[in-house]
Amino acid sequence: MRIICPVKRVPDTAATKHVDPDDHTVDRDRSDPVLNANDEWAIEEALRIAERTPGTEIIALCMGPDAAQTTIRKALSYGLDGAIQITDPALSGSDAAATARVLAAALAGEDFDLIIMGNQSSDARTMLVPAMLAEYLGIPALTYVKDLQVDGRTFTAQRETAGGHVVVRAEGPVVVSVVEAINEPRYPNFKGIMAAKKKPLDQRDLAAAGVDAGEVGFEGSRTRVLDISPRPPKQAGRTVDDDGSGQVGAVALADWLVEQKII
Amino acid sequence: MSTILVLIDHETGATKKISKQILTAARGLADDVHAAMFGPGAPDAAAALGAFGASTVHVWDDPAVTEYVTEPQVRALEAAMDASGADVVLFPSDPFVTDVAARTAVRRGAGVITDAVDLTRDGDSLVATKAIFGGDMISRCAVADGVPALIGIKANAFTAEETPDAQPAGVNQLDVTLDEAARRAQVVEVVEQSSGDRPEMTEASIIAAGGRGLGDAEGFALIEQLADALGGAVGASRAATDAGWYPHQHQIGQTGKTVAPQLYIGSGISGAIQHRAGMQTSQLIVAINKDGDAPIFSIADFGVVGDLHKVIPPLIEEIAKRKS
Repeated sequence: MRIICPVKRVPDTAATKHVDPDDHTVDRDRSDPVLNANDEWAIEEALRIAERTPGTEIIALCMGPDAAQTTIRKALSYGLDGAIQITDPALSGSDAAATARVLAAALAGEDFDLIIMGNQSSDARTMLVPAMLAEYLGIPALTYVKDLQVDGRTFTAQRETAGGHVVVRAEGPVVVSVVEAINEPRYPNFKGIMAAKKKPLDQRDLAAAGVDAGEVGFEGSRTRVLDISPRPPKQAGRTVDDDGSGQVGAVALADWLVEQKII
Repeated sequence: MSTILVLIDHETGATKKISKQILTAARGLADDVHAAMFGPGAPDAAAALGAFGASTVHVWDDPAVTEYVTEPQVRALEAAMDASGADVVLFPSDPFVTDVAARTAVRRGAGVITDAVDLTRDGDSLVATKAIFGGDMISRCAVADGVPALIGIKANAFTAEETPDAQPAGVNQLDVTLDEAARRAQVVEVVEQSSGDRPEMTEASIIAAGGRGLGDAEGFALIEQLADALGGAVGASRAATDAGWYPHQHQIGQTGKTVAPQLYIGSGISGAIQHRAGMQTSQLIVAINKDGDAPIFSIADFGVVGDLHKVIPPLIEEIAKRKS
């Protein structure tokens, strides 16, 4: 089995974001970039499949600037076998569809049975890329998965819903996007971190990936950002200290809910 | 911009609140509003969408909608776009519907925007407002000129109102050709746990959420009672779902769901940045926590520093008293 793990470099949630006033992009180098948390569950699931399926190879796939290599090495440190990076200055400003287009192009000449990735990135959170990638590749997608069973090339998954789950099934190659409930990811060990430095990294520019620069970046994206601004900070409101009985807090809060016309 | 097509989310014909909100918004943005409604129950429920301003509803209730994942609905949405002539489609920003929009956009060369909380008209195009980076920033964005626009709307961004000049909508049965490729991912089984009459968390206007401070899974009974007293949904912090106290689909935060209800009440939740990233754009925030230094108080409109186990039972009584 050959598994592809798309990974994304995202700003740390706690970091202050610096936005370029001209092109509305975030300066990712100045925002403590990290490996997107939801991708770690995808990597863990890939590793578990590999442990059960001898001969499995897992390849990370990342679109991003040169500096994203730290993110790729982090992904490799979990024990993946290698990585493909698509990097090109023309990619800056790519939206979800342009990103999916590039990831699909990078996989055009690759053999794979499964593409497994986080259901969302913590920065944009559009949740669009897994389904878009599947559409570009012309393959099925099982998304928001909290349990995945693999039997040969048949993938059976539990898709999380608001009130439970739906069991869905497709033959590979297939895109699977995972939610946090799927597993508890391991930590990379020292051996993995050392080995990650020597794992093969196949870097390609847009031409090598077979994508025209006009299809991606600011020019090729079909959505555009008009402006981006910090949300006005929220002011702390009233605070009531309860006396230990619960009554003081309960009455004050109920009064306030009436005041706000909630009840 | 003559026609907007609204993709309706429903449970066997029962139109969800968010779809009524989107129809209401669409009325103010286009001369003519069409709707698309797929799956069992759609044909019978379609005409009633006229109450919210839909002139025509394009329906398709082939069993494939529920037997296969996403792709039959993509084919049907394409047919509805063709039939309506609309170059703007509005859809509820729900995960499963977003998958339909994502695939449709690729097939149609369209631009997609998700999670819009406001939508205004600027000449021929629509400008969407959305929160990014966990609500740290607000972005205004638009779809490029000359391509179809698919825009996902967040629950409670708009208020649903019936149109004063309501008429039953015309119903158009779509003719959808389903290729084999649309039948590749099949639905094997649907497993639903009943949560009573409680609304879905991402649609609810009130959410009562619980965290580590509840102490154990039993603590969530208290949160459920509070939610029920207010007619709201139940949410949970990552600490609570990781501990197995409540199902993961209720997790609010960076790695779970993003919610922006009218009222969010967090009990026993300290308000770490990862949790705030999922709820800080809520209109009103209430915190109940015994640690007065908990970061959640810095964004709370109303805070109670106290033991949630002591505060919530009398709070439920006080709410009932004031309601009667």
